[in-house]
Amino acid sequence: MSGERVFPNLMEAAVKYLILIHTNPESLKIWEGLSDAQRMELGRGHMALTEALTESGELIVSEGLADPSMAKYVSVRDGRTLVSDGPFAEVKEHLAGLYLIECDSIERAIEHAAQAPDAAYSYVEVRPILDMSGWDF
Amino acid sequence: MGRETQRIEELLRELTPQVLGALVRRHGGFDSCEDAVQEALLAAAVQWRSDGVPDNPHGWLFTVASRRRTELWRNETARLRREQSAAALVGPDPEPISSIDDTLTLLLLCCHPALTPVSQVALTLRAVGGLSTAEIARAFLVPEATIGQRISRAKQRIQSTGAEFRMPTEAERPERVAAVLHVLYLIFNEGYTASSGSLLHRVELSAEAIRLTRQFHERLPHDGEVAGLLALMLLTDARRPARTSPDGGLIPLADQDREQWDETAIAEGIGLITNALANAPVGPYQLQAAIAAVHDEAVSPQDTDWAQILGLYELLRVLTPGPMVTLNRLVALAMVHGPQAGLRELAAARADPGLAGHHRVDAVRAHLLELAGDVEGARIAYRLAARRTLSIPEQRYLESRAARL
Repeated sequence: MSGERVFPNLMEAAVKYLILIHTNPESLKIWEGLSDAQRMELGRGHMALTEALTESGELIVSEGLADPSMAKYVSVRDGRTLVSDGPFAEVKEHLAGLYLIECDSIERAIEHAAQAPDAAYSYVEVRPILDMSGWDF
Repeated sequence: MGRETQRIEELLRELTPQVLGALVRRHGGFDSCEDAVQEALLAAAVQWRSDGVPDNPHGWLFTVASRRRTELWRNETARLRREQSAAALVGPDPEPISSIDDTLTLLLLCCHPALTPVSQVALTLRAVGGLSTAEIARAFLVPEATIGQRISRAKQRIQSTGAEFRMPTEAERPERVAAVLHVLYLIFNEGYTASSGSLLHRVELSAEAIRLTRQFHERLPHDGEVAGLLALMLLTDARRPARTSPDGGLIPLADQDREQWDETAIAEGIGLITNALANAPVGPYQLQAAIAAVHDEAVSPQDTDWAQILGLYELLRVLTPGPMVTLNRLVALAMVHGPQAGLRELAAARADPGLAGHHRVDAVRAHLLELAGDVEGARIAYRLAARRTLSIPEQRYLESRAARL
């Protein structure tokens, strides 16, 4: 590699980020200890975040996932599709919801992630999405 | 796309900022004028295709957009409804002589510093570039609703900050011109980096960026940085035919078939940058264009004048220091003084917080280690860089380099 990016000194273009809301035994325990009002508040927090992201033009999609017991595990062996019910016993942590957003910086993505109500109880994950951009080598 | 359809599209997009500018000057209210012009463009695209282009396409668009704007206005509030008779009077097409200034004023307004970069980009492509919300959404691989929201939010923001459709004052101008250049750069970069076959149906964003930058340069011919950005785009885009392999992989500059580079674009870019450097104060876009020109002038990688590139990076480092300039200067330094010199400075550069954990540090380190003959170290660094990059083609490239060692 012996060259420069097209415009080396400027900021990079907008990046998509996935905000992942995980559930694990600890966060489940906290959830079970919450009052109805607190649970309602948590739901409202997600609605408020979705609204704010829609309004700012940064939201691509946000969804909550059904219980992992509703999951199907799909595999293909010798051309045959095999389906089994999930989850596997050893799965301790699973995905409960997601926000796919696009914004100008990771700092901005973290700001949004901090608004997810779950961040106050456990933690949320922010992962950059790969794109087709490239350097001019 | 048929030739006639393409001709109509080009004409419509050329006329968009002129008609919008004329409409805003006549009626005021950028937001509703912009919506009205979009609708007039849609109507024109359908009607002109079946009935042919009218004798006065500008006048046609202006009249339809004026009428539409009045309707939009009429629907808004009862108070405004009372004023509709006055607003409905569409006068003659305003002076076409102002169309040059209108395009410039519009560009400056759409790139208003109060807007976020993603909003500036979306609004510029629609209001100045004449693209539809759907086309912009396809180009950026996001839902149409997301782009629609960015545009309406940007327009609200323009209204709430009291930004007006007028030329900025002399004092405001440098900052406003810089904002436009940045937006045009973002559009070009988005188009240039997304050259994969799977994205075949995307609007040609880099071509659009070049078209808009060309317009900007025509309006401000003595601004060295505007000329510098146009030159940079042309000199970079000239390599496009050679930078992607048939399977979509990235071909590094050193391995590109230089016969495939676009000579016309290179000649135009070199002409622009030579003239700008001789007649205007130097700036970062001009320096980057000059670096691109040095690469483009080399008939083979071995012919590259790395000493000159290093000198240009030294200047760039003074004007706009930053992590990427630091790294690229290091590559040039290594090409002039050897990989060990580059590696020594790289060790120091890693302390820069802007470079901490950045995959480019590992990529450059891998390259320098490879040049220095440290095969094992290079392989580890290439793999680390591949894990950290956010670009799929780059990941493939870095993994292939590691595998080849």
